[in-house]
Amino acid sequence: MQTDQREADDARKADAPPAKTALSARGLTKVYGTGELAVWALRGVDLDLREGELVVLLGASGSGKSTLLNIVGGLDRPTEGSVHFDGAEITRFNDARLTRYRRDHVGFVFQFYNLVPSLTAEENVALVTEIAPNPMKPSEALGLIGLGDRQTHFPAQLSGGEQQRVAIARAIAKRPRILLCDEPTGALDSQTGVVVLEAIERINRELGTTTALITHNAGISAMADRVIRLADGAIQDVSINGHKIAASELSW
Amino acid sequence: MHPLDRKLFRDLWHIKGQVLAIALVIATGVGVMVQSLGAIQSLQATADAYYERYHFADVFAHVKRAPKSLARRIADIPGVQSVEPRIVDYATLDIEGFNEPATTYLSSLPDLGQPLLNRLALVSGRFVDHSNPDEVIVNKRFAEAHGLTIGGTLTAVINTTKRSLRIVGIALSPEHVYAIGPGALMPDDKRYAVLWMGEAALAGAFDLDGAFNDVTLTLLPGTDPEGVVQRLDTLLARYGGTGAYARKDQISNWFLMSEIDQLKTMARLLPTIFLAVAAFLTNMVVDRLIATERGVIGLFKAFGYSDLEVGWHYMKLVMVISLIGIALGALLGAALGHLTTSLYAEMYAFPFLLFRPHPASFVAAGALSLAAATLGTATAVRRAVRLAPAEAMRPPAPQSFSRSFLSSGRLSGFFDQPTRMIFRQVFRWPVRSGLTVLGIAMSVAVLIMALQWLDSINRLIDVYFVAAQRQDVTVGLTEVRPPSVQEAFKNLPGVQAVEGERDVDVRARFGSRSKRLSLAGMTERQGLFIVYDDAGGAIDLPPGGLVISSKLAEILGAELGSRITLDVLEGQRPVVDVPVVRIFDTYIGYPAYMRLEAVNRMMRETEVVNRVHLRVDPREQDALFRKLKDTPYVAAVTLRQASIDMFNETMARTLLVFVGIFAGFAAALAVGVVYNSARIALSERGRELATLRVIGFTRFEISYILLGQSLLLTVLALPVGCFIGNRLALGMASSFNTELYRIPAVIEPSSYGYAMLLTLGAAVLSALLVRRRLDRLDLIAVLKTRE
Repeated sequence: MQTDQREADDARKADAPPAKTALSARGLTKVYGTGELAVWALRGVDLDLREGELVVLLGASGSGKSTLLNIVGGLDRPTEGSVHFDGAEITRFNDARLTRYRRDHVGFVFQFYNLVPSLTAEENVALVTEIAPNPMKPSEALGLIGLGDRQTHFPAQLSGGEQQRVAIARAIAKRPRILLCDEPTGALDSQTGVVVLEAIERINRELGTTTALITHNAGISAMADRVIRLADGAIQDVSINGHKIAASELSW
Repeated sequence: MHPLDRKLFRDLWHIKGQVLAIALVIATGVGVMVQSLGAIQSLQATADAYYERYHFADVFAHVKRAPKSLARRIADIPGVQSVEPRIVDYATLDIEGFNEPATTYLSSLPDLGQPLLNRLALVSGRFVDHSNPDEVIVNKRFAEAHGLTIGGTLTAVINTTKRSLRIVGIALSPEHVYAIGPGALMPDDKRYAVLWMGEAALAGAFDLDGAFNDVTLTLLPGTDPEGVVQRLDTLLARYGGTGAYARKDQISNWFLMSEIDQLKTMARLLPTIFLAVAAFLTNMVVDRLIATERGVIGLFKAFGYSDLEVGWHYMKLVMVISLIGIALGALLGAALGHLTTSLYAEMYAFPFLLFRPHPASFVAAGALSLAAATLGTATAVRRAVRLAPAEAMRPPAPQSFSRSFLSSGRLSGFFDQPTRMIFRQVFRWPVRSGLTVLGIAMSVAVLIMALQWLDSINRLIDVYFVAAQRQDVTVGLTEVRPPSVQEAFKNLPGVQAVEGERDVDVRARFGSRSKRLSLAGMTERQGLFIVYDDAGGAIDLPPGGLVISSKLAEILGAELGSRITLDVLEGQRPVVDVPVVRIFDTYIGYPAYMRLEAVNRMMRETEVVNRVHLRVDPREQDALFRKLKDTPYVAAVTLRQASIDMFNETMARTLLVFVGIFAGFAAALAVGVVYNSARIALSERGRELATLRVIGFTRFEISYILLGQSLLLTVLALPVGCFIGNRLALGMASSFNTELYRIPAVIEPSSYGYAMLLTLGAAVLSALLVRRRLDRLDLIAVLKTRE
């Protein structure tokens, strides 16, 4: 039955006109250091994230995928190139506007969850909803990722998978336009990782949040709409995933 | 260099802000100790050297008139080394351009010039020429106060005769280190002078040819001065001796030693508190510093370093920090000690100054600080090395928090998440929070202790000079006068009220104890100079008994109803037994009072007085002063307002410096604690805060979370500090009890206010310093790495 549902979704997507671009990056270059010591993390990367799609950025460590995500998420500035979002060039933003951009539009999920230990699950989510313009209720966000019964638990009382799901709830509770996940399953075993990916998939599907997911784990790319392979600071290839499978069917 | 040592230096450089802050805390403790002890030791050393080099006498005695031949018999008293008879008395001075009359103490110089005892340190000029009876040497402080120079002249009324005196020398004397006029509390260099004149000149003026009225003695080493005092008294009794006394009761030395005693109390108490606080803070800060090194410690152990090696590594780190602090404190303390000692040298007229802090004080302060720091390290390192390497290297599991009253019920709706984080952080580590609170509180407390001095002194002035004294001018008479003298004073210009007093030198004895003092005979109810109980206000003198200060009761071991024996040291030298009918509290001295008529009766004299208090219309004050300068039987004039001004000025010069120093130290403590705790919190929670920045919190918002905690702890510390400060200050005030002063235990609300404001200011400053680091938080590192 689940499969039927997914097929129906795929059918709808196929029928729909080509989605709008949510974010576009052009000619992104990032160089650390200068002269002979210069390290090229990105060498002219172009990237478009379309509304509602789930993109997997695949690459070995050092391929530049995190640098790309950081620049797109407004955490870092490129040496050259630009990122446009909503008609504005975020790469020209000053610090305060970048903070605003992250606050209003971007949700982050980290490899190590980065929950605030002194706040309960619900409060960790509320941390974001309190400062966002149009958030959902913390309980609603937790409900979406299946942790409705864990609201009053502190991070120390939650398993790693549960902590990461709280982190996802925290990221999506503000109804971000873009959800950026940096190795969200990197610190988890595969079984727990699948549960977390299911949560991300569900958010992407039900809320239509444009999602970019970084991983070095090729197995995960099967759940993406598009897979972008990075190597040595450049995009190697972009493939549209014709046979998108549910996260629950993934294994590695 | 061993790579670990290289790491050590890099680490030190990396945390240089914290190194400095911890060193600052250590430096405050060491600094206060070195400063206080250094000042005392130097003051004592200076006084000792001065007394020795200038042959300061061991025993002093005053007589009405004794033949010079008596000096030989005095020299025969066992234990006496040298004897010097001389002529001394009071006179009034008229200085050009200075309306108020000044009092001078005249002292004779032998023909040889330099006296045998109590030698003069001649600053400029020469000794007097005995063929010229109008030549004088002036004490340096008076000369400075009036800009008098060699060749200048002074007009004096010496024993009813007006004389013009020419200044030939300016000098200092070990006898007048604390040059204080009769009845005064502070040296008043404008209104009190010491003049040295030729013996023949004074003998002529006071009709003492072939006689003396004062004698000073030095004793052979190891001689008990009290025995000599008794024999001397017996010898001098029939010549009108007013009671011999040992050096310890000599007025200038008594003030000086009281001051050193006071300083000793302060030096025992304050630095101990500072050092204890500093030690405690060092311990706390070092402990937390090591705790943040947990991962590295695990790594070292994984490499195969032993617990001991790892422990030693951190011990070295802390020792370097401590040594920086100790060096800083020693330098600072020595500099401030030098400053305070020179302030004292200025207050006391020393011809030279020895700044000789004992090395022991440096060593003690340093050792204690080092011990505190290493102890802090030991506990922290032991905790860290106890972990298995793998466990130590793994990032600590999220600290477990639990829900408290803050998260439940209505309260929770009140706080946003950042505020909740602040509260949880504070309550999650109650011991750590408590210690930080205590640390900051101690800086508030120390400030209150410093500021309380000003309050106490103000209270002292209010009580002693304002509530208890309502006269404007007090006039000491050259000899007793009948009551008609009061009428004469009443007729002087501007005098609105007159009150007479009869002062008698007595030796009060009770059991085996005795004390020489001036017993004051007063009217039953006084309107001008008031017998004042600091606890209960003005006292009416009951008939037929002694009213004594609680300090005198303590000195004599007497209580209400005790019969005190009074050996009167003048006139017919009666000996009487008088009961104590009332004991009252006073902040200054150890006075004793009796009804005027009772004193007259005891002295077997008619109704006479030798001191008068006047209330004066300020508009006619100058006219009165002019008259007083020419009144023959006036020996000394004291102006209340001048005494108050002098007191305030002296206090402003010395006390404010101390308060300033302690305030500075206290602020340093506050900065040290707040900066360190915020800085350590930052290193512990940098990742959490960076995460918040990543998900869209502004710099201000994360600053609020981190610094809000520091400021919350500071705010919590304020009342605690006020309480501790109150206890400490009151405790110190009550432990301050010399013959000269008792310190009123008073803390004004404003002192609490200033202490809190200053601490808060220091905390905000430290917070701002840490805030700069928050601005440089690396947002990207946090996404990948853990710690």
